[in-house]
Amino acid sequence: MERGKKECKRPIDISHKKQAQTNPRHNQTVVFKNGVQIIGGYSIVGQKEGGGPLKSTFSKIMEDEYFGEKTHEAAEQKMFEYAIRGAIKSAGLERGDVDMMFSGDLLNQITSSSFAARSFDMMFIGIYGACSTMALTLGIASCLVEAGFIKNAVVSAGSHFATAERQYRTPLELGNQKPPNAQWTVTGVGASVLTSSTSPSASIHPRVTSVTFGKVCDWGVKDVNNMGAAMAPSAAHTLIAHFRDTNTKPEDYCHIFTGDLGKLGENICRDLLANANYPVDANYTDCGRLIYGKSQNQYQGGSGCGCSAVCLNGFILNKLRKGEYKKILFVGTGALLSPVASFQGNTVPGISHCVCIES
Amino acid sequence: MSQDVETRNEQYADYVKKMALPSKYFPSLIWAFLIGGLITILGQSFYLLYETVTDLSPEMIGALVAVTLIGIAAFLTAIGVYDRIGAFSGGGSIVPITGFSNAVSASAIEHRKEGIIFGTCTNMFKIAGPVIVVGVALSWLVGFIYFIIGLFGG
Repeated sequence: MERGKKECKRPIDISHKKQAQTNPRHNQTVVFKNGVQIIGGYSIVGQKEGGGPLKSTFSKIMEDEYFGEKTHEAAEQKMFEYAIRGAIKSAGLERGDVDMMFSGDLLNQITSSSFAARSFDMMFIGIYGACSTMALTLGIASCLVEAGFIKNAVVSAGSHFATAERQYRTPLELGNQKPPNAQWTVTGVGASVLTSSTSPSASIHPRVTSVTFGKVCDWGVKDVNNMGAAMAPSAAHTLIAHFRDTNTKPEDYCHIFTGDLGKLGENICRDLLANANYPVDANYTDCGRLIYGKSQNQYQGGSGCGCSAVCLNGFILNKLRKGEYKKILFVGTGALLSPVASFQGNTVPGISHCVCIES
Repeated sequence: MSQDVETRNEQYADYVKKMALPSKYFPSLIWAFLIGGLITILGQSFYLLYETVTDLSPEMIGALVAVTLIGIAAFLTAIGVYDRIGAFSGGGSIVPITGFSNAVSASAIEHRKEGIIFGTCTNMFKIAGPVIVVGVALSWLVGFIYFIIGLFGG
């Protein structure tokens, strides 16, 4: 204590303290002073998602899974290009106005994102956060924008059912049965454009006001077909950290969205939050549960980077813009598995990042 | 791993087991029986057909039936029908020789985009490979046992 006091008197520490006051970080949460505006969003999905209950909220529904390309991988890349262009256009900006692009997907070496970045003359940061990528890119980009290092940024994340199946599971035409706790990878890419804000009240757009970066949670789940159970502890952990750091309760938010826990994962997450004295009620939904209708029979629901990305850039942003939601939490949930790791007997660690958006 | 983490993980595993949906064994079994039975009826019909129209030996006809079923399954895989059958019939369409055909052709189609040699040829037996390996290993084992029994004048 004594030593700490002394050190605080030195000029360098005072400036450090001042810096901390502008954007204070409480434990895992970064709270923004001005907030970062989300001025544009675009979502592109496949036929199956386009036939689901959220169909009217998507910007574009592809006619087929190849999207005019020869391979599914090339289709995924084109979807990224399409979504990023669409988001920049919807923000009313030119391509040259955006400084930096943050993007990630599920493929090896995140090729869909980095290949798509070839078409844009922007600084590129590729991020792998498994299915939590949308929240992670949004969180990191918001920090850089709020800090004033960049003015405009585009963030995106996406997945394609066919490419994900090939990488993580079995060939598409193989006649095997999916176990009942499995999920269906969403074909879709979502992109949003962020810009700095001069003051909290100046913005007419939804704003990112705080970000909670998660810690990796591994509760020993080995079943790769039950990713909801593997990710639910991390989602609950990050949410609890956010409530604790910002001194809020679940009731303070109009809605809380998790990325792709599915029905089972959502129920587990509810129980874990209730055990920690942060009970959530009707104001909590999982995007994986939202995206497919009952008749589509997709087991526990949607999964993949695209799931939370298209829900955020469609349904959620629409409601924020209309003012139906005042303050929401968006939690990206990722299962950090690889086929090699799981064949070698490893468990499936989960990671979740939480972004608070206000309108 | 510490004791606490281990107990927590065990408790969590039990809890997840309670929450998770169990596999629906009964309908799966019925479908597997029906579709599997249908495939064998189809095989037997071809056998009878070949028996009447050709004068080949029973072994040759058996081989011909297998080839026919393999061809049909590969065709159904190529037009995207076999995986839909497999989604509800499970073991019923995996266990017969048609399942083997599906495993090989599905992998071959999937990796065609990476070229003939490094795509199709390399990955063709990705799923079905273990079946061949286990088949060869077991036949060796059975042959060996047969040989030992033969030595003692069985």
